[in-house]
Amino acid sequence: MPHIWCPGCGHGIVLNNLVQSIDKLGLNKNDLVLVTGIGCSARISGYVDFHTLHTIHGRALAFATGVKLARPELTLLVAMGDGDALAIGGNHFIHAARRNIDITALIMNNRTYGMTGGQHSPLTGFGTKSTTAPLGNIEQVFDTMELAKAAGASFAARGTTYHVRSLQKLLTQAIRHKGFSVVEILSQCPTYFGRKTKAGTAADMLRSYRDNTVPVGSEAKQKNPDLIERGIFVQEERTEFCTAYEGLIQAAREGR
Amino acid sequence: MKRDNSRDKRLLFLQGNEVCVEAALYAGLGFFAGYPITPSTEISEQLSKRLPMLGGKFIQMEDEIASMCAIIGASLTGLKAMTATSGPGFSLKQEAIGYAVMAEIPCVIVNVQRTGPSTGLPTGVGQGDVMQSRWGTHGDHAMIVLTASNHQDVFAVTVEAFNLSETFRTPVVLLFDEVIGHMREKLVLPEPGEIPLVERLKTSVKEGTNYHPYLPREDGRLPMSDFGGVHRYNVTGLFHDMWGFPTTDPATAHELLHHLVDKIEGAGQRIARYNEFFLDDAECVLISYGSSARSALHLVESRRAVGERLGLLELQTLWPFPAAIVRDRCEHAKHILVAEMNMGQITQEVKKAVSDPERVFLANRFDGNLITHRDIKNVLRVIRGGGM
Repeated sequence: MPHIWCPGCGHGIVLNNLVQSIDKLGLNKNDLVLVTGIGCSARISGYVDFHTLHTIHGRALAFATGVKLARPELTLLVAMGDGDALAIGGNHFIHAARRNIDITALIMNNRTYGMTGGQHSPLTGFGTKSTTAPLGNIEQVFDTMELAKAAGASFAARGTTYHVRSLQKLLTQAIRHKGFSVVEILSQCPTYFGRKTKAGTAADMLRSYRDNTVPVGSEAKQKNPDLIERGIFVQEERTEFCTAYEGLIQAAREGR
Repeated sequence: MKRDNSRDKRLLFLQGNEVCVEAALYAGLGFFAGYPITPSTEISEQLSKRLPMLGGKFIQMEDEIASMCAIIGASLTGLKAMTATSGPGFSLKQEAIGYAVMAEIPCVIVNVQRTGPSTGLPTGVGQGDVMQSRWGTHGDHAMIVLTASNHQDVFAVTVEAFNLSETFRTPVVLLFDEVIGHMREKLVLPEPGEIPLVERLKTSVKEGTNYHPYLPREDGRLPMSDFGGVHRYNVTGLFHDMWGFPTTDPATAHELLHHLVDKIEGAGQRIARYNEFFLDDAECVLISYGSSARSALHLVESRRAVGERLGLLELQTLWPFPAAIVRDRCEHAKHILVAEMNMGQITQEVKKAVSDPERVFLANRFDGNLITHRDIKNVLRVIRGGGM
């Protein structure tokens, strides 16, 4: 399929897994809305046959909140990059999590701003070089899972483009979950992150996901804190926003 | 959504912000998202109570940008959607307003103006957002902006904002000011059906047949399909083709921008709303809008009583600017005096519209207080050579 992503980009793997998860769930395409922000990740909405909304930088979750509250029966998927989710859109992210609105948020984490040419993001990493941090990044990174948990997300998981089977499973569980669910996906950007940081080719970066990530709660992580955990970090039942709003309508009508 | 019967056939005594709420519900508002900001907050407060009672949706978002984005999302599902704010919040919304222009999504944005720039005078009246309402977002585009000076007209233009928004698939700005928003006066609530309502033009294309969301019909309108309906399509802020998919084709881009501008600028006559007072023989025409027009009218009525030939053209459509009407009504005027609470934002438009722009003068105030009839009279005296 012709697409705009660079050779070796991880975003195509995310798209593949997302589509397969939806197929597995047997969802009706008319009931699906995929909302995106800006940048490489955002182009995912152009390749699927759902209701698709390609919005402005960082605001995808705010658009999605409007769609979801207006039509709670629809399934809302929001695909974002590092900036959409945690820089320009950071406020929307924590508030969508706090509300626990039934939206599935995918954070395609390639640790860089790809479309603008490799500037650092809130997920780039201390010391890593970028086109706007030529001497090395002096900013600290977010731990997306800790942030999602603290903000109130009732489902939070991390996967990688190397671990495709488990990624598909995580996406399926996230979509099925009633409440705000976050799936962070480590997705390689060989063109900018790989080249600028000497992280290597797409294959090198995929190997690094294999070698540097471990399942949540594994002993290896205790021995080596630098390893990145993957799997489900949070999975809880909590009052969902649109459901609560239905209760509000009932109460208002009964004059309570 | 249940129809609101609670206020039928009632003579009401309300704030302008509350009138805006009544009118939005009359027009069929189904979704409101907002963030509190003086002097618009009463709109949010009222709707947080009224909308759930009617089965509509209210949400207080985390900021003004999110509110604008949320109403766009809600509008795409088929609901009439609105947000309300004041100057600083209006600035924040601008990028998303541009998105609604580009993606042709109906919605209404209320801006109850304070004095600016920046945080300015939050509780002071101002009319400094006339140009922001026209040019606040980036790029070339058209914009519909309405205003009013009394509560009966606030009701009428609010309903009209929804009608124009649905007709032209475009965001419409309601530019009120603090005095109008907070002043209390009588409203005769129109009967249901008394003001015609425009409902969204929905596509008649059947399921399984190719639907083109961005293919204008001969009358320039684009029939919509709701998100969640049987036609799936792409909505983007990028230049797009008739399917809604991004394109960089110069001819398509050229055509789309023309369409966006022409559908509104070309309908200027239809969109133009105004009130005329004593214009037939006026040798001095006052032009004003919003709460300034109340002071202007007071002056005109009091000076007519002593035989002065003053008249008032009160604008309710600020954009597209009704230049032809201004030109026509000012044709025989010796002096044209614009009364507004900014440094001359509409005055410049009037100068562009009339022959001999040196006939155009400005009576203004921008200190957070309402411009009075005396302020306007003082300028008039100077124009007539009466000295300060």
